[in-house]
This record gives sequence, structure tokens and C-alpha cells, in this order.
Amino acid sequence: MSIAAAQKRSFGAVLWDYLTTVDHKKIAHLYLFGGGFFFLLGGLEAMIIRIQLIKPENDFVSAGFYNEVLTMHGTTMIFLAAMPLLLGLMNAAVPLQIGARDVAFPFLNSLGFWLFLFGGLMLNCSWFLGGAPDAGWTAYTPLSTTSPGHGVDYYVIGLQIAGAGTLIGGINFLVTIINMRAPGMTFMRMPLFSWTTFITSTLILFAFPALTIGLFLLMFDRMFGSAFFDVGLGGNTIIWQHLFWIFGHPEVYILVLPAFGIFSDVFSTFSKKRLFGYTAMVFATILIAFLGFMVWAHHMFTVGLGPVANSIFAIATMAIAVPTGIKIFNWLATMWGGSISINTTMLWALGFIPTFTIGGMTGVMVASVVADYQYHDTYFVVAHFHYVLVGGTVFGIMAGLHYWWPKMFGRVLNEAMGKLTFWTFFIGFHLTFFIQHFLGLMGMPRRYWVFLEDQGLDLGNLISTIGAFFMAFGVIVFLYNAIYTAVKGEQAPNDPWDGRTLEWAIASPPPHYNFKQTPLTRGLDPLWIEKREGKGEITPAEPLGDIHMPNSSFLPFMMSLGLFIAGFGFIYQVNHNWAYVLLFGGMAITLVSMMIRSLKDDHGYHIPKEELEGEAD
Amino acid sequence: MKGWMGKFRAVFLLGLTALVLSACGKENLTALDPKGYGADKSLDLIILSTVVMLFVLAVVVVIYTIVLIRYRKKKGQEDFIPKQVEGNKTLETVWTIIPIILLLIIAVPTVTATFNLADESDSNEHLNIQVTGNQYWWHFNYEGQEIQTSQDMYIPVGEKVYLNMKSSDVIHSFWVPTISGKMDVNPENENTMYIEAHEEGVYWGKCAEFCGPSHSLMDFKVIAVSQDEFDQWVADMQNVNPDAEPESTVAQEGKALFQENNCMGCHAIGSSPVQVGPNLSDFGSRSKLAGIEEMNKENLVQWIMDPESIKPGNKMTGNYPEVSKEEAGKIAEYLLQLKPSEITPESAKD
Amino acid sequence: MSHDQSLNPETMPNEPEKATLEGKNKFLGFWFFLGGETVLFASLFGTFIALRHSTAGGPSADELFGLELVFIMTMLLLTSSLTSVYAVYHMRNNNFKKMQLWFGITAILGFAFLACEIYEFTHYITEYGFTFRSSAFGSAFYTLVGFHGGHVTFGLAWLIGLMLRNAKRGLNLYNAPKYYTFSLYWHFIDVIWVFIFTVVYLMGKVG
Repeated sequence: MSIAAAQKRSFGAVLWDYLTTVDHKKIAHLYLFGGGFFFLLGGLEAMIIRIQLIKPENDFVSAGFYNEVLTMHGTTMIFLAAMPLLLGLMNAAVPLQIGARDVAFPFLNSLGFWLFLFGGLMLNCSWFLGGAPDAGWTAYTPLSTTSPGHGVDYYVIGLQIAGAGTLIGGINFLVTIINMRAPGMTFMRMPLFSWTTFITSTLILFAFPALTIGLFLLMFDRMFGSAFFDVGLGGNTIIWQHLFWIFGHPEVYILVLPAFGIFSDVFSTFSKKRLFGYTAMVFATILIAFLGFMVWAHHMFTVGLGPVANSIFAIATMAIAVPTGIKIFNWLATMWGGSISINTTMLWALGFIPTFTIGGMTGVMVASVVADYQYHDTYFVVAHFHYVLVGGTVFGIMAGLHYWWPKMFGRVLNEAMGKLTFWTFFIGFHLTFFIQHFLGLMGMPRRYWVFLEDQGLDLGNLISTIGAFFMAFGVIVFLYNAIYTAVKGEQAPNDPWDGRTLEWAIASPPPHYNFKQTPLTRGLDPLWIEKREGKGEITPAEPLGDIHMPNSSFLPFMMSLGLFIAGFGFIYQVNHNWAYVLLFGGMAITLVSMMIRSLKDDHGYHIPKEELEGEAD
Repeated sequence: MKGWMGKFRAVFLLGLTALVLSACGKENLTALDPKGYGADKSLDLIILSTVVMLFVLAVVVVIYTIVLIRYRKKKGQEDFIPKQVEGNKTLETVWTIIPIILLLIIAVPTVTATFNLADESDSNEHLNIQVTGNQYWWHFNYEGQEIQTSQDMYIPVGEKVYLNMKSSDVIHSFWVPTISGKMDVNPENENTMYIEAHEEGVYWGKCAEFCGPSHSLMDFKVIAVSQDEFDQWVADMQNVNPDAEPESTVAQEGKALFQENNCMGCHAIGSSPVQVGPNLSDFGSRSKLAGIEEMNKENLVQWIMDPESIKPGNKMTGNYPEVSKEEAGKIAEYLLQLKPSEITPESAKD
Repeated sequence: MSHDQSLNPETMPNEPEKATLEGKNKFLGFWFFLGGETVLFASLFGTFIALRHSTAGGPSADELFGLELVFIMTMLLLTSSLTSVYAVYHMRNNNFKKMQLWFGITAILGFAFLACEIYEFTHYITEYGFTFRSSAFGSAFYTLVGFHGGHVTFGLAWLIGLMLRNAKRGLNLYNAPKYYTFSLYWHFIDVIWVFIFTVVYLMGKVG
């Protein structure tokens, strides 16, 4: 969307365009706005947590509300902020990087977004309808099955809807990358971000169904009286922990692998060097993903699984450090001997290296079972996963946003404000979380509404809260930067960074059909090769011809809306008969939309060759 | 092994002290100043893994710094195109093999310690305590001793004590950082761990598994006393007579009110197995009220009248008849004089 | 450019389901979807195995299950899988009528299976008082078998929708992938049933 162009059309037309779009570039915008909104919400929740913990025995918020806030902070940041923002960047960049005109399933791509958005809205509706979920983002049973009110019901239904969207997104990217690569774009010539997207999608595909089942069981127990987690009727609460972490650990890699991809592209671009050890990087990613599925029980060392299980999972977990280490050293080696230019994008990437190394260090430390008996469920673990998820994922998202912003929106983000954001956020981050390692070891468990006076925890918590304010300031500056750039930002050229990959070979922002002629790829970093050895632009792989495009559709929105309405029906049918109207009404909307989709032929349309000839490159 | 580990630990802790202004945290709460078997084992591994990992961090930071100093884009060389290196087999092998070796250094002691702490073969030669986690308090049943108590757990110092733990509601986690790492307390199966304190003292215990609104207020104490003191405590506790008349008249009235309001429906005094609410046998001796507040009459009256204001979400609120402030005062008087033994947290501190 | 021309060529290609890019994408995407479904059912099987003895004093697997009915159900579903193979065979030979016929037989067998399952569930509930809520075993049993039954129901609705929608239009490159993905789905359901038969019923009787 070029903002200037958008302003010429009426607001209604733009809105309708976005509600019905199946264009991956517009869906990327939607994901970024949706994910960004939830990121701010999750950040607000984080600030409430830190203000509550600014001093001992504080009463800024009540215990019940605090538990709602901490649950929603985790759930929002993982499912509604980090994942959608990453999916947004994937949508924006991956089809361009592999030289595709669109994704394999444009309709499903749109459906995935709307499911995420309605799932997220569903979850957050709970704030206004009797209280948010309060059993932690992990929702351990039986705390979650016995939690009064409807809070946890919103968690179950909201995540179920959002999760379905993510699963669809995963399948879409798998097929896109396998089937839609441009001629010459072999797997081993793909940019690392496309690679990590591919591997992440595999993780999504095999991890999310475990969560789906876990949520179903939780839903059945809470809403339909089954006894999966009811110990009195023979149920077993540990099953939830297994299902949750069989999903939950791969989820960590779902969040961090795409960031690795972004950093790989960024380091290589801004060092003006080809990625060091490309093959090793690809295989390290695959190995991380593979091992990611066999380490889930390291979240459960204290559950009492026995020494054999604990030892096996400890060693498997430590093994992951090897491919991760390979990556860190390959990034350093990529920069070694290069010509490094440092701008905001690169700052985020450079900030990532020490931060994530510390997160990885503590990752190995928590894998050591007996040491983990002390770390587990304390602020040490809180510090560890924030080093990984903020230092890895959030830094990665920020780097990706600054890197692809010109391609996505046609404007370059302001550098001065970008640097201010980075430095305040970076310093604030370490202030907030470094001290928490020690708080944990000094006896502060996580998810504590208050800590008591005279337990030696005051200073650490105060420092942590001060750091959080720095981070908040950084985010506000970024927000202002985004608005400022939209209004006054400098127009972006096609290739602002002396890029190496295909997305920089076309206009910023790209036309809706991406490539007028499918590009021919002659090696890794195809644009770089053409710039150094060829004629400076990508050779087309086909003559100019008609381009087949998919039709826009309002059905994804309707399908998701139907599930959203039905969700309320499911939640309230427990104690209100009127809820069946919502339940059946909502399901009817979804099913009718699905029927229309299957029964009505939709062949898309063609952009005629003549029209394309008229347009500049 | 033990010797150099000890020296190592001293140096390490000194460094840590410099890092953290408040040293290692509060004595008898922190995991960094261990006084028990499990906590020792954990700290050994914490230090070992930290040192190995700091080495890795140091290597990364050195390379990183060199890169940032030497390979920045230079003025006048904006058009410089670096050599496009594909990779380097030797280097890549090196940074695959060395981490594997470093990880083995951590993995081997980890596995050894894991099996060591899980070895429960001698459980019937030692004191066994049944621990029950409840929202938001802890119950301790000394197996074969006819002793039931809550919140304060007395153990003999230098002795292995087996804890057989189960929850009556949601999952909790038993954690006394200075003595031992934590273990979950699940509703469906009994988890066993053993603890052993090296020094006498009152150790803070905390619930480490999110269990509801008052999760952060579910503190308890482990009181390690000498074997003699422990034996005396056992004898005293076994002699608790739930019907004993208190000395002062106010306390006597309090006892009558305690019975009138059917408080015993939930709270046992003596070795009765009733454990709907905490056992009150040695209530007056406890170091803290509800695990967290100072033990005095004022706080106790507040608790009796409005427990919700102290522990949100507790199971007592609304489940007992309303009492006036005066009545609550009398009940408090009765409860505070329940001091069956001279062995108390106070005495253990000396 | 007419779409009908590209989607209704004079001679059907050998594998009409994979002749277009859309068809190829659908084919591959559906395989991935089935991969996800595998994890879905694996999670349910895991849960069931963990809870299969947790009867809370209610009837156990051994008391409940009769293998005769389940054997008939297995045969019905296996046969329906075979008939769908015939249908795809006729699709590849561009014989639309025969394809519809064999898919019709598949649907009838599917309905017969579903009827048996409904009878089975009713039998357990009325004769033994064994319900979704009576024990963790009950919950796990009805959820696992019910999820499969739900998949069968959805598959039948899908198949009938396809057959009715295309009854008068014949086969083309637009609907061939749809028929083909349905047949994949149907085989998948069949395989899942074989596991249910083994894990739930045989192990319930023997274990």
C-alpha cells in the first residue's frame, strides 16, 4: 500500500480492499497492524506487572487481576504478537525472495489472518465480559479446569481459533516454497529467511495439532463435563503438561527460527558478504527443528518423571546448543572480513548476538536437571526466556521491520529515531532482565503477585522496573517513527540497501503481481550475482504474458466471524440457553461460507499482456 | 573433587558479591548460599555450567569486538567489495566439536547428580513426612509418629528426611531454596524427594508452581533442629491434648467459641487426621501467621474476621459463621497460647 | 482467454488431479494437512492410552466391547476405501459416470459405518450407563472414537457435496483435484480406524 495512493481512494474502498484481499503483501500489512496492536497491548500488560513489582507488598493491582494480566501478557505476546508479526514479515518477503507471484493458497492465506485476528479479539473480549483467563499462559490443569468464571474458556476458544489460522498459514508457506519457486531458485539457493520460514512452517504443522487436542480436552472438561483432568474420575493432569509442551517447545523455535533467518539476510547484506557456511546454516536450522521436538520434557524436570526421562531430555536439550552455536559463529564469520555498515537494522542484529548468546547460555544451564531444580519456575527462567524471545524474536522482528519497511511501504524509516529506539530498548532490556537471573536464585518464584519485605529482593525488582520503562519509551519512539515515516518519510528506491536477493530487484512497494516476468535465478544471492557479474538486473525466465491472479473474497472474513460468534455460544451454553443461538448461528455462518467457497467456481482472473506492457518496470 | 569445588565456589561467590549489591540475597532463602544436600548439588552444577558458558560467551564477545573494530566500512573505501567466502570446513568443524566437548563436561555431572538425587532406596530407614499441598497452605503428617502439623516443618539436622508429597487440589511445588531444589506436588501421584539440612536454622519455603491468587503468599518454614531437640519436639507434639483447658479465662472463652463455631470441622488440634484447613497444634509457636504475616494478636484477629484481606482466594472465607471483633479476640487469645513445645522457630534460630 | 478451454482439454491428461498448478498445490497442501492430522490423532491416542484403565469404578474396556460389531465396521470402512480407489481409477480413465458410481458406493458404505457407530455408542450409554462423563476412560474413548466419527461425517458431507455439485458438469481439471483430495482424506480416515481397532478394541479386549 503506498499511502499516497491510498489517500486518493475513499476510506470505505480501502477498508473493503483490505477486508477482502488475498494479496500476500496486503495480508502482510494486516498481520503487522494486528500483531503490532496486540504487541502494544501485551506491552501495557508487562508494564502493569513491573509497576506492581516495583516495591515489596505493593497493592497497585489485586491478586486476581495480576494473575489475569500475567496470563494475558504471555498469551498475547506469544500467540497474538510475535507469531503474527513474524507471519507478516514472511508474507511480505518470502514470495518475493523465491520469485513467486503469490503464495500457493491466497484464499487460505487470508483465512489464516482473519482467524488469528478474531481469535485474538475473542481472547481480549474476556476483559470486558467477566474477567480474563488467570491460569498462566501455560494453563496447567487442574488450576485451569477449576478456575472460576469464563476467563479460561476465552483462552481455550480464542487460542483454538487463532491456532487454526496459524496451522493454515504453515501449510500455505510449505506448499508455496516447494511449488512456487522461480526457475533456477533451487532449495540451496534460497535466502536463509525463506529457508527458516520453510522449516518453521514444518514445525507449525507438526506442533500445533498437539495444542489443538490439548485445548479440546480442556474445553471438554470445562464445558461438557468430561474427566480428562479430573483426578476424582481417574483423570490425569500431567497429560496436559505433555500435550502443551509437545506443542510449546517447538513453538519456541517457531518464534526464533524466522528471526535467525532475518539476521542471516541482514548480516550478509550489511557486511557485503555472502553468508558464511550457508550449507551449515541450513542444516543447523533443520537440526534445531528436529531436536526441538524431542526436548519438551525439559519444561517438566520437577514433575517427577524420574531420573531416566530427565537425563535423556537434559542431554537432548544440551545437544541443541551445538547447532545454535554453529549459527552464532557463522554469523560472526560472515561479518569477519566484510565491510560492515551500521544502521538501525544492523544495530538490532548486532544487539542480538550478545543478548541471544546469554539466552543460549542460560538455556544450557537450565537443561542441567539438578541445577534446574533451583531455576525452575523462578525469575531465572523468566530472565532466560526473555533473553531468548526478546533478544531473538523481538530483535529479529525489529531488524526485519527496518530492513523490509521500504519494500513493504515504499518509505524508509527514520534513522535517528530508529537508533534512539534501539539504544533505549536495548539498555532497558538488559536492565530489566539481567538482574532477574539473580532474583530467581535468591528465592523469587515466577508469577508472584507480591514479594515480601526484607527478603533481599527489593533492589533487584526496582532496577528491573526502571528498565521496563526504558523499553516502553523505545517502543513509543518506534511508534512515532512509523507514523512520521508514513507522513513525511523519504521515498524508498527499489534497492535501498544494496541488497542481494530477489525482493530488491522489483519496485518498492511491488506491483500486485510482484514480477512482471518470472525471474531467472543463477545462484545464491541472485541479485548480487547480476549486479557484480551480469547486467545489473535479473534476467526474466519467460516472455511477457498474461498473468493469472486470484479473486478477492469476503468469505475468509465471514468464516472467521462465524467461528468468533460460535465461540461465545460454546462459552455461554454452559449456563445460558440463549447461547445456543450464537453457537448454531455462528457455525451456520461459517459452514455456509465454506459451502459457498466449495460450490461456487472461482477461477481467478488474468491481467492481459497488453496492460503489463504499458507499465514501467 | 569436593575440595577444588569448594575453593572454586568461594572465588565464584566473591565475584558474584561484587555483581549483586545485595550479595546473594537473604540468608536461609537464597539458593546461592546453600545449607542442605540438594542445594549443594544444585549449586555445584550451577557454578560448573556458568563457568563453562561464560567461557563460550567470552569467546563470542572477543570475536565480536574484533569484528566491530576491524571490519567497519572505512572512509574512502565505500566501493570496497569484500571477498565472498563460502565457508571454511576446518573452522566449522572446530566450532562444532568444541561445544560438544564443553557440553559433555556439563552433561556427565548432570546425569550423575540426577540419579543421585533420585535414589530413594533407603527411604524406610529414615524419617518420612507426608506433605500435602493445599490452596494456600502446607500440611505435614509425620508417618508412624502420630504427628500432624501445618506450615512449620521440623526436621532433625544432618539427617535425610523423605518427603512424600501429594496435592489435595491443584499442582503446587515444594521449594526450600537453601536446603534443596524444588519438586512438584501433583494431585494424582505421590512424588518423593529427600532433604537434608547441614545447619540448624529456620529456612524459608515457597510454592513454586502457579496455584491461584495467593500463590505468592503460600510460604512455609522448614525448621532444622538438633536430634535431641527434635526428639523432644516429637514427644511434645505427641502429647498434645485437644481438650486441654487454657489458663487465662479469655482463652477459655476463646476455646468455647472455637468449639461453638465448629472451627474443628476444618482445623484439628492434635493428631486428628482432619486437614480441611491447617492443623493448629503448635499454632502459637509458629513464626508467621498464614505463612507471611507477623504472628501477633492484631493480625490474627484480622485473619479471623476477614481472611480474604490477607490471602485472596483462600478457602476459609465465607465458610464459617460471622464472628464479632470481640469474639475474634478471644479466639485469637486461645490460639496464640497453643504452644505445646519449647522447641520453636525462635529457639531454633539460636 | 477462456477458462473452460484450459480446464476442459480435449484429452484428459493422465493424472488430471495434478495437471494444473492449483491442482499440484492442493495435492501437496493436502498431504501436509494429513501430516498435521496425524499428530492430532497421535495426541488423542496418547491420551487414550494414558487413561484407558482409569475407569473410576465404571465398566472397563473388556466388559464393554464386543468385537463382532467392530469387525463389521472395520470391513465396511476398509471396503469403502477400496471402492474409492476404483473411483479414482475411473477418474484417471476419464469415465465420469463410473467414478460417480463408485464414489456413491463409498458414501453408502460410509453411512453404514456411521450407523453402526451410532448404534454402538447408544448401546454403551443405555446398557452400561457408560458415558462421556462417567470416567476419564469414558471421556478418552468417546473423544478418540468420536473424533474419528466426526471425520467420517465431515467426509461424507464433503463427498456428497462434490457429487451433487458436479453431477451435471462432468470431470474437468478444476474439480479433479477436489475428488482426488477427498479420496486421500478417505484413505487417511481408514488408516486411523485400523489403529483405533487395534489400540482401543483389540488391546481393550486382550490387554
